[in-house]
Amino acid sequence: MLQKVYDWVDERLDITPLWRDIADHEVPEHVNPAHHFSAFVYCFGGLTFFVVVIQILSGMFLTMYYVPDIIHAYESVYYLQNEVTHGMIVRGMHHWGASLVIVMMFLHTLRVFFTGSYKKPRELNWVVGVLLFFVILGLGFTGYLLPWDMKAYFATVVGLEIAEAAPVVGEFAKILLAGGEVIGAQTLARFFAIHVFFLPGALLGLLGAHFFMIRKQGISGPL
Amino acid sequence: MHRGKGMKFVGDSRVPAEKKPNIPKDYSEYPGKTEAFWPNFLLREWMVGAVFLIGFLVLTVAHPAPLEGVADPTETSYIPLPDWYFLFLYQLLKYEFASGPYTVIGAVIIPGIAFGALLLAPWLDVGKERRPYKRPIASGLMMLGVVATIFLTWESVDQHDWEAAAEQGQMADEEEDVEVDESAAGYEIYQSQDSCIGCHGGDMSGGAAGPNLLTTELETDEVIDIIQNGQGDMPADQFEGSDEELETLAAFIANNGQAPDGEGGSGGEGEDGGEDSGDEESDEGSEEGNEE
Repeated sequence: MLQKVYDWVDERLDITPLWRDIADHEVPEHVNPAHHFSAFVYCFGGLTFFVVVIQILSGMFLTMYYVPDIIHAYESVYYLQNEVTHGMIVRGMHHWGASLVIVMMFLHTLRVFFTGSYKKPRELNWVVGVLLFFVILGLGFTGYLLPWDMKAYFATVVGLEIAEAAPVVGEFAKILLAGGEVIGAQTLARFFAIHVFFLPGALLGLLGAHFFMIRKQGISGPL
Repeated sequence: MHRGKGMKFVGDSRVPAEKKPNIPKDYSEYPGKTEAFWPNFLLREWMVGAVFLIGFLVLTVAHPAPLEGVADPTETSYIPLPDWYFLFLYQLLKYEFASGPYTVIGAVIIPGIAFGALLLAPWLDVGKERRPYKRPIASGLMMLGVVATIFLTWESVDQHDWEAAAEQGQMADEEEDVEVDESAAGYEIYQSQDSCIGCHGGDMSGGAAGPNLLTTELETDEVIDIIQNGQGDMPADQFEGSDEELETLAAFIANNGQAPDGEGGSGGEGEDGGEDSGDEESDEGSEEGNEE
């Protein structure tokens, strides 16, 4: 039955080459931990992506309850944490995942750096990777404010003060992020929009480019 | 790809009518023990992912995500702390050469050079050699950056007052949840005592001169004793009223700002909720502190 459905679609759209192109690529011995245990360092990139997927899924569920305004934000997170079935788990996954994704990404960056994998012809993929690093730090910064509790608020105050210290553009950047002079209702709304729409959009685009390039060029050879 | 004459298509589309057999590529010609990504390698990858996920879920269940009291922008004594992965920057800005008039150095120039170099690494290190020990300058600078980041994070964690942080998180939470039962007889008596309000505040939440009266763990008798005889900086014999009123007030304070059992009034549930979440909060705060 499933085979027939697949054949029916495949006859019309020729989908087999699409997924075979993703499925059929060689995994060389030097990156396979089954053959060289030390090759586990090559797992960091995949695990970073795995945590990103967890972040996207848990974040989607969090937005079902979260209300991005200063009157209800804290209440909704409190309700989510204490009343909603498994709400504590979903919020916990998003909270700890945010830290884990940074850790895994840091390790992945070090692996790529110390194996010299950023050298020709992979310069562009390295640049995209560093941009992903910035996007994920931005997601961490904007997401931290959203529960609207004391530490979230004051961490954001400090963060925006640091941004303000930049010459020429500093004050503009601060007002752009905070939505005005005061860190309050506008700031929360902006951080929510940045955290949920702008940065994830950039993240998915950059990840697509990252994966396209690694498939096109293949993984770097053994040292 | 097959092109040219003799090709047949599905209808008027560009999809070829001729099916090719669906056979995975053969990697036996590749060097070493190369294997196919699908399904051989991906199945193993999934096992690594599953183990990782179990560890992650254990962490999630063992340490619930912390939540402090609701944000209060008017609070000026709160010690702020960014999330741990920004601590290196936060700490850098505490040093003399990178703060005050030199904030630009700490906030822009040093991080700008570090992250700019990271971004442009392929053009700064253009040699063909890939082994880390064959390109000592690049490896050395990276090691320096990593060590500096870890050191700054460590220093920041070390200098932060985790006990005060746990306390301020907890206090904010209790202030949020404990509501004074304003219909209780004890409340009325409290409001008539200027000497009490002077130090412990009109809302009983304390101030610079006196502690919070909503979070005491004293019995009624102990409260009466403190009111009559004083304690620490608190002078004795400040209460103006009958012994009966004193006892009502003491019971009210001993019951954390709620009417004692037997007397009418609302808000008993609110008290329970406040205490529970408050205790949880302090635990989480200190756990997080130890970990990070």
